[in-house]
Amino acid sequence: MLKKLLTPDVINIYENVADWKQAIELACAPLIKKNAIQPSYVEAIFRSHAEMGPYYVVGPGIAMPHARPEDGVNQLSLSLTVIREGVNFNAEENDPVKLLVTLAATDKDSHVDAIAQLAELFMNEEHVKEICRAQNVAQIIEIIERY
Amino acid sequence: MKIMVVCGHGLGTSLMMEMSIKKILQELGVTAEVDHMDLGSAKGSNCDIFIGTSDITEQLVAQGVDGKIVSLKNMVDKAAMKESLSAALQELGAL
Repeated sequence: MLKKLLTPDVINIYENVADWKQAIELACAPLIKKNAIQPSYVEAIFRSHAEMGPYYVVGPGIAMPHARPEDGVNQLSLSLTVIREGVNFNAEENDPVKLLVTLAATDKDSHVDAIAQLAELFMNEEHVKEICRAQNVAQIIEIIERY
Repeated sequence: MKIMVVCGHGLGTSLMMEMSIKKILQELGVTAEVDHMDLGSAKGSNCDIFIGTSDITEQLVAQGVDGKIVSLKNMVDKAAMKESLSAALQELGAL
């Protein structure tokens, strides 16, 4: 499931970003480009951050930005973005965030398998570290293929 | 025993936590109903334990939900989750 969704066209590595907002924009860009989400989805993520804080920072260095299906999701999709130097999300001890996996779900259920595999990946500290240190997209794909 | 996992939209982070919590409960040998929902729906729902990340639980406290609130800082650390959940279950006499 993960390797079906996390294809080379939605994986990007950046050295650094200006702030967390730019990180989210970059993380959503490949999904907008392939028309999986509408630009309004990015605004919805910013809105929920303003309302509820960076609750989608799920653990040390890992964020899973997302909004609701009705905020502009055209198809179930994920993207993976590495910010090598990390960026602060005001998420206390979970800062700096280096790995962002954007989740775009079309309903309440169809992404369950993807989430289960993502949870497994996020809980594997070694694999997360390897992804954050990757020199190129191929190295990231190599880890994703194990899930 | 009813455990509700709460997140901003009720479909991403809470679902991820729900899966881990179900596994932890199995390991602890505790039978409980586990579900997830969004922050807006939490008030007025009747649960023994509400679980969420700290940003969310602060708002649950402010809403004054009826039930024990467990705050998690890290949802990919299963050992820490197990510890927090065990403490809450013990307090409620379920463990």
